[in-house]
Amino acid sequence: MKPKTNTQQRPTDIPVVTHHITPADRWDHFVAHWGVNRRGRRVKPGLYALGKPTGDSPVLVTANYTLSFDALRSASAGFDCYIMVLDTKGINVWCAAGKETFGTEELVHRIEITALSTIVDHRILILPQLGASGVAAHEVKSRTGFSVEYGPIRAKDLQEYLKTREATPEMRRVRFDLLDRLILIPVELVHFLLPMVIAAIVLYFLGGPQVAAASIVAILAGTVIFPLVLPWIPTPNFSTKGFLLGIVVILPFALALLWDNPETMVWQRAGKALAIALAFPPVTAFLALNFTGSTPITSKSGVECEIHTYIPIMAWMFGGGLVVTVILLILNILGGVL
Amino acid sequence: MINAYTTNTLTYNSELCTGCKMCSTVCPQAVFAQEKQIARIVNPESCIECGACQRNCPTGAIFVESGVGCAYAMMYAALTGKKEPTCGGEDEPSCCCSSDN
Ligand code: SF4
Ligand code: SF4
Repeated sequence: MKPKTNTQQRPTDIPVVTHHITPADRWDHFVAHWGVNRRGRRVKPGLYALGKPTGDSPVLVTANYTLSFDALRSASAGFDCYIMVLDTKGINVWCAAGKETFGTEELVHRIEITALSTIVDHRILILPQLGASGVAAHEVKSRTGFSVEYGPIRAKDLQEYLKTREATPEMRRVRFDLLDRLILIPVELVHFLLPMVIAAIVLYFLGGPQVAAASIVAILAGTVIFPLVLPWIPTPNFSTKGFLLGIVVILPFALALLWDNPETMVWQRAGKALAIALAFPPVTAFLALNFTGSTPITSKSGVECEIHTYIPIMAWMFGGGLVVTVILLILNILGGVL
Repeated sequence: MINAYTTNTLTYNSELCTGCKMCSTVCPQAVFAQEKQIARIVNPESCIECGACQRNCPTGAIFVESGVGCAYAMMYAALTGKKEPTCGGEDEPSCCCSSDN
């Protein structure tokens, strides 16, 4: 599919952008991390001039998600370059590469319709390393003549890379540091806020304030505490990490239910404690398992294995908790009648 | 206790390798290293099956069944009868897509 020449960008048409991140951009990034309007953060695909690039300036390729674009723009401060934005449907580089929207076809197409070969004299493109799952460098080379160089994973290493054109092994290794995990928490929280409120209200009427509080804690443990403490929970799998965390946070509630309200019968208190000890840790574990999708550190095979191994256990425990609850409710009603 | 992440689908045929170093460049988990002019798998258990090495190996020396390591996307695909779990698209789970990488 050869595009018509009159749709090609001429050097004079190239929009100019700056390295500067405005307060409005920052605000936009902040609300983006809360999951607001995440499909609407799209930069128009095409070629942009950053500073005053010439025919020798480097060409940096990125996704058309505003956060990816802004990260690149600010990280390359002090360098005049071109930015080529691929149409990834508003999705970041890593996810888009997995779906191949950040891919060989789109890159080749974009090189053609921006007439890149008439704008720069060299034949080199710098792509983010995390885009490599979608792009075959040798195919791009044979189809367009442009060589693909993979830059560093993290934007903060870009300065160094643009100077030396070499990425150290450290720059090539994906990390999932506290800060990376921290910025993912708001979205997790927003996702599960409504179910959490509904569950807490229902449980308040069914089991009282302690049970309602326990449900909130179980969900917050899976969405907020889990991402923070992930590397320090001493098991290899996300599900078992989640179970452990769930048990730790629910244990105080179960014990409190056992000891509080001494005026009620022992079996009632024990039943309630058993119900929450069975039903809530799997909720935390389930949320923890879902966090695999937010990490760049889990393999498909591994997650499949986790699903097959632990989802049945979660379901049985949760079901067991429900059964105990139903039995308790029935006994209570019968007790009231008798 | 089992570790779900010790086995994966990565295989490599050193006879096809020309030593272009592409695999060790693109791998985000330092699974490959270059030794004596050819690639060698030094860290097999760290592979996250992203598929970058396979896609960028010009001689087809590497095979890996790549896909998203996302439980939500997989369960969503299983429940809705989709063949391939993906994330981030319209009407799809968003998973990792909130980070700016
Ligand atoms: S699939 Fe990804 S993580 Fe695994 S070896 Fe290849 S590049 Fe490395
Ligand atoms: S990318 Fe392929 S040919 Fe190149 S070093 Fe790796 S295995 Fe060898």
